[in-house]
Amino acid sequence: MKIVVCLKQTFDTEAKITINPDGKINDQGVSLIMNPYDEFAVEEALRLQEKNGGEVTVVSVGGAKAQDALRQALAMGADKAVLVTAELAAMDEYSTATILAKAIAGLEYDLIIGGFRAVDDGSAQVAGRVAEILGLPVVNVVTKLEVADGKALATREIEGGSEVVEVPLPAVITAQKGLNEPRYPSMKGIMKAKKKPMEKKDPAGLGLDAAAVAARVCALEYFLPAPRAAGKIIPGEPAEATAALVRALREEARII
Amino acid sequence: MAIWIYAEHKNGQLKKVTLELLSEGRKLAGQLNEELAAVLIGKDVAALAATLGEYGADKVYLAENDALENYTTDGYTNVLAALAKEQQPAAILLGCTVQGRDLAAQVAQRLGTGLCTDCTGLELADGRLVFTRPIYAGKAFVKAAVPEARPAMATVRPNVLGVTAPQAGRSAEVIKADAQPGDIRQVIKDIVCQISTRPELTEADIIVSGGRGMKGPENYKLLDELADVLGAAVGASRAAVDAGWVPQSMQVGQTGKTVSPVLYIACGISGAIQHLAGMSSSKCIVAINKDPEANIFKVADYGVVGDLFEVVPLLTAEFKKMLDKEQC
Ligand SMILES: Cc1cc2nc3c(=O)[nH]c(=O)nc-3n(C[C@H](O)[C@H](O)[C@H](O)COP(=O)(O)OP(=O)(O)OC[C@H]3O[C@@H](n4cnc5c(N)ncnc54)[C@H](O)[C@@H]3O)c2cc1C
Ligand SMILES: Nc1ncnc2c1ncn2[C@@H]1O[C@H](COP(=O)(O)O)[C@@H](O)[C@H]1O
Repeated sequence: MKIVVCLKQTFDTEAKITINPDGKINDQGVSLIMNPYDEFAVEEALRLQEKNGGEVTVVSVGGAKAQDALRQALAMGADKAVLVTAELAAMDEYSTATILAKAIAGLEYDLIIGGFRAVDDGSAQVAGRVAEILGLPVVNVVTKLEVADGKALATREIEGGSEVVEVPLPAVITAQKGLNEPRYPSMKGIMKAKKKPMEKKDPAGLGLDAAAVAARVCALEYFLPAPRAAGKIIPGEPAEATAALVRALREEARII
Repeated sequence: MAIWIYAEHKNGQLKKVTLELLSEGRKLAGQLNEELAAVLIGKDVAALAATLGEYGADKVYLAENDALENYTTDGYTNVLAALAKEQQPAAILLGCTVQGRDLAAQVAQRLGTGLCTDCTGLELADGRLVFTRPIYAGKAFVKAAVPEARPAMATVRPNVLGVTAPQAGRSAEVIKADAQPGDIRQVIKDIVCQISTRPELTEADIIVSGGRGMKGPENYKLLDELADVLGAAVGASRAAVDAGWVPQSMQVGQTGKTVSPVLYIACGISGAIQHLAGMSSSKCIVAINKDPEANIFKVADYGVVGDLFEVVPLLTAEFKKMLDKEQC
């Protein structure tokens, strides 16, 4: 079975966000990680491969640094990586999905797995868009996956519960936390990863011109939220403090 | 060039976020002098059209089909995308729910347009819609527009926009829409509903949330009791979820749910940045923690330093006293 995993490199979830004088998000000195949801995707692909054989290819669209996230996936056990470097002035999910789908179209796949959402832009749409471009069915926010007889049986989160959905392969699945517990790369895995193939491409090489990947969404302005002012610690013994708290919520905050 | 609202419903009722979108959409449509339409998809859902009218829809596109009884990505995408191709709305707004997110991405790609997800604000600037959305889990925001492609699409975070009072007697023109679900590749084998009388986390006005300080799953009943008095939902930190005390669906934070209730009561939660990411847009935050240095106090409007096993039951009793008094 051939599995393609879409993975994105994102800011560390601990990263402090600042804005440059030019109004853009400052990425200097920010440590970068593999999008946490994509770790679930890589792990699930590896487990399926361990069970059914086949090959796991990880694909990322990003800057040169995105190699590190791809290497991490190779160290976890993926077989090969494709990095599409896209240094476009303006990109949105439409651009990314178009490039990603084109790169994947050149590969063999029975299953494509991604994260349900990237923790940076949080847009939860790239994987779904890729499915639409490639004409594949998608199942999002999956917490359990079984693959057999050319079908995927996926348990997905819905509001107030879960549902079990069956789709024919090839299909796109997006991972939600709970799907699995991602492994850490072993020392041996890290050494091996250095020798695994990392193919590099760019949009032009994939036959995409500027018009084909033109962003549909344009960012107008970035800003930081007003910091939340620390409020008051309500003094006193527990009984006193809780009574005062309830009073404050009623009379001062007026919310109860 | 109309503004469209996707009318999400569940168990025969419109989702609260649908009403929020109608209220906001009504204002925008008024400013633009355009019509506001709701798209209602499902089986036996026609009765909801009246409510959509009362909350501001001028038109309701009604797409009913037995095959649309349950939400499926393909079925609903096929219907909504085909209708949008035919009618060419200026914008389509959906709730940023599990369903809205799923549907919006597929429809946006099929229509070759832009989509801003999880918006916390909408406004008109120079006659075009500008969307405000959090990025980096709320550590920054971006204002964005879909300048050329149409329709401009957005999903809006539940519980952020207000609901204006319905106008009794106001009604919408109901238009039967083509409801061909096409080839639905997602076959639903089973639906498991957690039976809960509590509100949905993302829609709740009040959330009581517990972290590692709860010490074990059995102690969540303290939070359940408090939640029952307040009509609140119960949430958790990742530490509590990872310990296996409560299900993943209760996790609040960067890799859990993003919530914006009116009141968030954090019990035994330290306030890690990834937790704050999911709840810092709450209107009022109350923290109960025995460590006066806990980070959660830096964002809390009100803090009580103390042992939650003592404080939470007292708080439950105190709220009960206040609310009971009002009932007599
Ligand atoms: C990629 C990534 C994603 C993450 N995503 C999330 C996420 O979505 N949501 C999330 O919550 N976390 C997330 N985390 C984890 C986060 O970093 C913290 O580890 C987690 O939030 C800690 O949970 P906690 O506050 O319950 O536990 P702790 O940090 O251990 O805090 C427990 C608190 O309880 C207090 N306490 C203990 N006993 C009592 C008592 N009897 N009475 C009162 N107070 C008491 C303690 O003083 C302490 O402050 C993520 C981490 C990473 C790396
Ligand atoms: N630049 C990218 N390269 C590869 N995969 C991506 C990229 N952006 C998004 N994805 C995939 O799409 C998922 C959802 O991302 P997003 O729509 O940005 O929230 C991610 O978890 C990845 O699996």
